[in-house]
Amino acid sequence: MGEKPVTSGLSCSFMGVSWTGFLIYRRSDWGLTGSSTGIDNFKQDKVMAPHDLRRPFKRAAISDQQRRRELSLQRQAQNRRDAQHQARCLAQTILSLQNDTAEPHPEFEIAAQAEEHAQDFDVRQAARLKGAEARRWFAKQLMLPEWMIDVPDRLNTDWYVCARPAGKRCFVVSSNGQRLVGYAMAPDQTYYVIDMVCWGGMSLYECTAEFRFFWVNSKLVETGASNDPSTYHRYRFKTVVIYNCDPGGLKAAYTEPVPYVKDGLLFYNKHAHYQSGNTPLVLVWKDENCSQYVLDTDGKGQIPDQQQVVLELLDDGRLATSDDPPVIFGCLDKDFIQKTGLQASTLLRFAINEGGLCFADGKLEKADLQYLGKPNRARAFADSYSKVMFQYTVRHSPLRIEHLFASVNSLSEEENTCDTDMVG
Amino acid sequence: MAMEVTQVLLSAQAVDSTVRKHAEETLKQFQEQNLPGFLLSLSGELANEEKPVESRKLAGLILKNALDAKEQHRKFELVQRWLSLDAAVKSQIKACLLQTLSSTASDARSTASQVIAKVAGIELPQKQWPELIGSLLSNVHQVPPHVKQATLETLGYLCEEVVPDVVDQDQVNKILTAVVQGMSSTEGNTEVQLAATRALYNALGFAQANFSNDMERDYIMRVVCEATLSPEVKIRQAAFECLVSIGSTYYEKLAPYIQDIFHITSKAVREDEEPVALQAIEFWSSICDEEIDILEEYGGDFTADSDVPCYYFIKQALPALVPMLLETLLKQEEDQDQDEGAWNLAMAGGTCLGLVARTVGDDIVPLVMPFIEENITKPDWRQREAATYAFGPSPDKLTPIVNVALNFMLTALTKDPNSHVKDTTAWTLGRIFEFLHGSTVETPIITPANCQQIITVLLQSMKDAPNVAEKACGALYFLAQGYEDVGSTSPLTPYFQEIVQSLLYVTHREDAGESRLRTAAYETLNEVVRCSTDETARLVLELVQVIMTELHNTLEAQRLSSDEREKQNELQGLLCGCLQVIIQKLGASDPTKYAFMQYADQIMNLFLRVFACRSATVHEEAMLAIGALAYVTGPNFAKYMPDFYKYLEMGLQNFEEYQVCAVTVGVVGDICRALEDKILPYCDQIMTLLLKDLSSNQLHRSVKPPIFSCFGDIALAIGENFEKYLMYAMPMLQSAAELSAHTAGADDEMIEYTNILRNGILEAYSGIFQGFKNSPKTQLLISYAPHILQFLDSMDDVVMKTAIGVLGDLADTLGSNAGSLIQQSLSSKDFLNECLSSEDHLIKESAEWARLAISRAISV
Repeated sequence: MGEKPVTSGLSCSFMGVSWTGFLIYRRSDWGLTGSSTGIDNFKQDKVMAPHDLRRPFKRAAISDQQRRRELSLQRQAQNRRDAQHQARCLAQTILSLQNDTAEPHPEFEIAAQAEEHAQDFDVRQAARLKGAEARRWFAKQLMLPEWMIDVPDRLNTDWYVCARPAGKRCFVVSSNGQRLVGYAMAPDQTYYVIDMVCWGGMSLYECTAEFRFFWVNSKLVETGASNDPSTYHRYRFKTVVIYNCDPGGLKAAYTEPVPYVKDGLLFYNKHAHYQSGNTPLVLVWKDENCSQYVLDTDGKGQIPDQQQVVLELLDDGRLATSDDPPVIFGCLDKDFIQKTGLQASTLLRFAINEGGLCFADGKLEKADLQYLGKPNRARAFADSYSKVMFQYTVRHSPLRIEHLFASVNSLSEEENTCDTDMVG
Repeated sequence: MAMEVTQVLLSAQAVDSTVRKHAEETLKQFQEQNLPGFLLSLSGELANEEKPVESRKLAGLILKNALDAKEQHRKFELVQRWLSLDAAVKSQIKACLLQTLSSTASDARSTASQVIAKVAGIELPQKQWPELIGSLLSNVHQVPPHVKQATLETLGYLCEEVVPDVVDQDQVNKILTAVVQGMSSTEGNTEVQLAATRALYNALGFAQANFSNDMERDYIMRVVCEATLSPEVKIRQAAFECLVSIGSTYYEKLAPYIQDIFHITSKAVREDEEPVALQAIEFWSSICDEEIDILEEYGGDFTADSDVPCYYFIKQALPALVPMLLETLLKQEEDQDQDEGAWNLAMAGGTCLGLVARTVGDDIVPLVMPFIEENITKPDWRQREAATYAFGPSPDKLTPIVNVALNFMLTALTKDPNSHVKDTTAWTLGRIFEFLHGSTVETPIITPANCQQIITVLLQSMKDAPNVAEKACGALYFLAQGYEDVGSTSPLTPYFQEIVQSLLYVTHREDAGESRLRTAAYETLNEVVRCSTDETARLVLELVQVIMTELHNTLEAQRLSSDEREKQNELQGLLCGCLQVIIQKLGASDPTKYAFMQYADQIMNLFLRVFACRSATVHEEAMLAIGALAYVTGPNFAKYMPDFYKYLEMGLQNFEEYQVCAVTVGVVGDICRALEDKILPYCDQIMTLLLKDLSSNQLHRSVKPPIFSCFGDIALAIGENFEKYLMYAMPMLQSAAELSAHTAGADDEMIEYTNILRNGILEAYSGIFQGFKNSPKTQLLISYAPHILQFLDSMDDVVMKTAIGVLGDLADTLGSNAGSLIQQSLSSKDFLNECLSSEDHLIKESAEWARLAISRAISV
């Protein structure tokens, strides 16, 4: 017998599902007149007749329907790859950031090579992909400004100011390692970049804000990322104009028109390194002139009569802010917790009743809270103390722009005097 | 046990339907109540020379259908049923069958032949009925020619039914001896010769050993060649069929005979009756098929390892073969272009010429060129048509003359008095555009200078007779396709509106149902849309409304005859197909996607009405279009689910039209990605149906791998909610994975399928791991990890990228739980390193991911 398996015989296929014979017979009707039920089946038959040898003539090799099917399959496969790729990108970023501190396992240490093509995605997409965990993790990477309750010292010399864009705060990560912090403007697919923590494999975490801002401006222009979106990069990146917080800079940030919707002012301490979580070295402030959203709204977009706060329930029933260490606003009693079945570390929404907040020696002593329920699922953290306080002061005795100008002006004067002294 | 069935069998063929139905019912009852008795009665009827031939024939047929069925699961049941019958009953039936071969009624003999083959098909693989072949062979030596004829016919059917392995070489030798003797000229009876020649056709697959033996092969070849010269046309035809089969089955043994075969075939092509001449041409077509396959596989680079060397038979025969084929081109039938089923010498010769061109490339040019030059301007339309057709097989090789001929053809397309010439001219233009136009062509035939003229001529030709207009649409299809990757500015933009209007006009022609003109027009419209740029996005958007209106109109038609309904159904398919292309086009960029969204509700509503038109099954085209729509609408698709869901179910249950089922499975994936966790309420039912599909023997195997991928899509969409399906899905994946590991001895087709299957399994695992990421329920997956790691071990290069991704997903999701498993697995490390050093960018990217995830899993 020959060595080669016979290719022309019947070939059995997987799971016994399909047999492919290579002989094709014409089916012919065996003369039974039309009938129903069982006999119908008897009509199928073949006779030993010449084999049909017609081949396609003047026909395209592939039908358009087949093409539609194939293109459709290609699209589906691409969509599936994209979905899985995004899931991995997200995880990859988390892992590589975690690995920044951890020693890679020696056995698996192989030099990673930077990928050339950029695949950007932001927290919104990340959150769509993988629940609260990822959202929380990403949010934790952000340096979160505290709210300005008091004017900090040396505002005019040690601080920058800029008009804060309205929009969602994002941590933009490209797969080749660029990590930017900015505000996303959905309608025109533009990111207004404020900060940058990693560029071309170089970490900027340890750099001062002054350096980071310089870097943001020069690098974004260099790479063409600020050009209009195209197939190759889906988003446009623009920088935000940052001023020294002197009287002129503060006035410009407060009054000058900007290409985006303004939502308050952001103040950056020039010497601060990038630090994730709440920090008093970045501050946010707003009033009706520079923001449409001074007072917080509720889920329906209405401003509630009473101020609302979101606090985290601790193991022992205490209600904490997101600060580290947390500020305690009160304590839920055991019965209530048991009755409602609330679990530790869930976020809860409260209204501040008429009793308001009471302070002693500049510290919160007592809060008159009323339980409302659970906040929106998208919430990752409890409110910070400064946020609650800012909202509280806005409702009672707001910190006005005049106070800021006064501070900047007086500080300028002080400085001038100082300078004079030294020269003198 | 037997019963008198003659009258019932005759009644079952009565003209009166009441009588007939009653008889059928009786037969059915008898079969259900007493199967052995029923089968015995039928075999007795078939064998009984005193019974009318009509009842004997039907008895045999029913018997045959009790042994075999088209559907695989039914066939399997029937086989089991026969095997479990009482041995005595079976041997009595078989005795009756063999006895019938000696009947004087030819219908009875022929029926018995087929039934015997069916029984053999069941029993021989089980090593039962060992005496069958022996007793058949003893018949061959009997004197009455009709017994000999029936026996040879039986041997032919038998060879078709069983695989060669189940017959001993000794018996094969005897069968072949009997068959070849029956064919030889010493056999006086032509019926016997014909039966023997046809039997050889089926027995050729058994003759591996005999074809390796020079003497035996010489003998077989001599007898076959002699039979091609038989005075009986049917014998000549059957003998050429044998030659065609030998050409593809024993290509590598052909060298000593090819010269003789050439003489025989060219004589037949030039002189014999058409059925014979067609087979003679087919011989060369199938040799082309063989050589194209060999050359594609080895790229002309033959080594000692090559299974089959290329003997370049076509190249050697070229100087004589091409003129012979060119001659056939002149033997056109007057109206072959209007006849869908036509197949004649000119068509077979033209097709073969195309295959020859593919086999030998440039070498054909000097042989074809003079023919074109000599004939293309001749007054006889046959000569002009043949010369024009001769461009078709290899326009890319004829570049110099094509450039000259283009203007001539553009004129001929509208001015030639003969419709046949115009038809071929339009087709040839399409071939020219397919090969000599497009971004990859160095000097494209279509230039800014002639583009407008070409379009004008094609649009004008689209008003010609349906067959001509259809070919003109085809030419326009390839013209558009050539501008596929033209960038942001297309030369077609200025003509876009006019082209679309002309195509729509064609679809409304009263005779658009002829020559598949309407289909061609819509297909061309699709390609024009696919290849359009942003410049014409607004016009494509306007087209949405036009096509929606058309579709709406088909839905308003009332009280249709079944013929009209079929046409309406076909038209709906074309319109849904067109909408699908438009949706996919507009969905590809954000601005057009948002502009399109305004129509989403209306379109979905129309698709649902299309589904409602058909009672039993959903429309594949509408389903494909809905997949594209789900992608475009994203989470908004949720609002269509309550109405759409039942059709999704119907699609998933459509085993018969497996394409519909496959398309529906793909759409489930689209919907998963669009709805994400909002698909959860539907998942119980969807998963149930998918699991049923997987375990069905009826469903075409090609649908199964996509179902696995779909598991992954669902898991990724619903995350840890997939928990409750794990206990069903995981064992399915596991057993499929085990099956796919056994590929030893598989052929190419099987290996390809196995890789598709593996890819589906891997995509399922990826989706499941990614879906469970960060869930407290990941520990549910841990017990599956060892098996999955083992599965990853056995991967082919083709699925490497997906496989290394799964390794990463596993490590990422299971974290430290998987760390030690992976560390223990030496092959995982090798696999990772292999992927990391891959040349393929995508494999490397996935490998980087896996490396990171693994190092994390190990370090924790």
